[in-house]
Amino acid sequence: MDKTINQKAWFLVLPVFLVVAFSAILPLMTVVNYSMQDTFGNNQFFWNGVGWFKELLDPSTDLGGRFFASLWRNLFFSAVILAIEVPLGIVVALSMPRDGWTVAACLVTLALPLLIPWNVVGTIWQIFGRPDIGLLGYALNSIGINYNYVSNELDAWATVIVMDVWHWTSLVALLCYAGLKSIPDAYYQAAQIDGASRWAVFTAIQLPKMNRVLLIAVLLRFMDSFMIYTEPFVVTGGGPGNSTTFISIELVKIALGQFDLGKAAALSLVYNLIIIIVCWVFYTVMTNAGADRQANKGVA
Amino acid sequence: MARIDLVDLAHSYGGNSADLESFALKPISMTWRQGGAYALLGPSGCGKTTLLNLISGIVTPSRGKILFDGVDITPLSTQKRNIAQVFQFPVIYDTMTVGQNLAFPLRNRGVPRGEIDARVAEIAKLLDLTPYLARKATRLTADAKQKISLGRGLVRSDVAAVLFDEPLTVIDPELKWQLRSKLKALHRDLDLTMIYVTHDQTEALTFADTVVVMHDGRVVQSGTPAELFDKPEHTFVGYFIGSPGMNIVPAEVSGREARIDGHIIALNRSYDALPAAAKIEIGVRPEFVDVAPTAPGLLSADIERIDDLGRVRFARVRIGDAKFAARVPPGFSIPGKTAGLIFDPSHVHVYADSRLVEGTL
Repeated sequence: MDKTINQKAWFLVLPVFLVVAFSAILPLMTVVNYSMQDTFGNNQFFWNGVGWFKELLDPSTDLGGRFFASLWRNLFFSAVILAIEVPLGIVVALSMPRDGWTVAACLVTLALPLLIPWNVVGTIWQIFGRPDIGLLGYALNSIGINYNYVSNELDAWATVIVMDVWHWTSLVALLCYAGLKSIPDAYYQAAQIDGASRWAVFTAIQLPKMNRVLLIAVLLRFMDSFMIYTEPFVVTGGGPGNSTTFISIELVKIALGQFDLGKAAALSLVYNLIIIIVCWVFYTVMTNAGADRQANKGVA
Repeated sequence: MARIDLVDLAHSYGGNSADLESFALKPISMTWRQGGAYALLGPSGCGKTTLLNLISGIVTPSRGKILFDGVDITPLSTQKRNIAQVFQFPVIYDTMTVGQNLAFPLRNRGVPRGEIDARVAEIAKLLDLTPYLARKATRLTADAKQKISLGRGLVRSDVAAVLFDEPLTVIDPELKWQLRSKLKALHRDLDLTMIYVTHDQTEALTFADTVVVMHDGRVVQSGTPAELFDKPEHTFVGYFIGSPGMNIVPAEVSGREARIDGHIIALNRSYDALPAAAKIEIGVRPEFVDVAPTAPGLLSADIERIDDLGRVRFARVRIGDAKFAARVPPGFSIPGKTAGLIFDPSHVHVYADSRLVEGTL
């Protein structure tokens, strides 16, 4: 039988297409447009071709140097917070009660930091860490530790990292907890009968059963930390010097500080591309793991 | 390998209360012989899984004791008891190969490497798992996974008993037969005590030499399949075992006669000292009641339908309000809407308050 050909269906897609066009495609095209041009204000633009991209990807230029410095800084930041938040989240999830009223209490307490707006988190830590009036800063200084996130790079990094861990470890913990809850009791009972130690239960049952939620947690935390802006901006403003200037802070400096629309547009496109590629890699890994599991179910 | 004694064992999930009726498992005392094949049979919620988990130590009893070869092991943890248990759903360790899965219980107990390899090879051979030893266990079918769960129990040479908690639930019907014969063969070869929990009477009757029937947290009868069939000690055993189940009808019994609906049915034994206040019923399996043309002196019944099971036919009939099943003799054609019933007196049992009453000859 021939397939019915009905072009009318395109009209049904049209409204969605229009919405997406105005909300995403057109703005993105403006950015593409900017990235190919230079402007000195007055709404006058000059064609620059791929000049900005060349400059951006060449570390010896000013723009390239700043881009790569902030990129490595940002990747290092993401690596550090992942290395802390994932194991810590697992430990928190493992030590949570499995049933009873304490479960609800734990869940609410854990969810609290997640409910606080980014800006407020930044402000809390900005004040908390101040050596003159902040509880943390004052306490550290009065026990003889010279802590000042405004002037010391290490202190600034430590503050930003601890703040992120405080804000987001709960997310990892909650995801892991959900993963742990889905393990049937029979697994634990079988492990008891097999004489498994606590560590063996963790490596043979809990960790393998959690690997899917862990992948999601790592993806979410990587994307979020790679795009981080508000909290370090509020606390350190990217300083001291450029030591906590992450990519998005650098981007805002170029776009709104210097009003270099072309450079900023080129940077945002590359930034966007990196994020999309990383997402795609994660998505592929996750769906492959999922397909693996599906295939097994098919056999069973 | 051990004899298992349960001494006044009882359990309540709500803690140890004075109200025995609320217990999931009412106090029982019984002995499981070393090397026996037992089935715990009963409907969902009758306490059979609770009993199994008490023996394996997953649940600690509210009262009573469990002895292995006369040694009280009630306070010991599951790890310290030498028990293997196979669960309803196959439990396998995802990241391990079949071989590593089988070796897991031995590795946890610090058995030397060479001994582990030898033991794993031996068990894999018994269970026909040898070709899969190097494969990831997640990629196997449900019955292979269940064999691995079983193998992890058998791999320890010192297990006191192997417990099965409805292990064939997720297995395809034709593979069920294979796996069940495998279990039978293992039982013969290894001389292990095996306790098999199920709600499927066919599974229980084919697997076990002793079937323990449970109902509402109590053991109502334990015996060979033939004993359960011929002489149910409780009306529950009567209708739970057999297909269709036993007919249980209220009756007035005196001496060697039972009276239903004004008709007299002869009994083989004499029942004179029946308790006055008790609810008296007679029970007879459909196999021992034949349908016949109506005749004076025969109890007559209304025929509702005929079930043709291939080799036998059963008539579903009604006596007053009571439903009844009876065999239709080969070659007999149903005369009409009503038929007479012929009872085999040697298989008509009398129950007082659901319990079998032994008459006198």
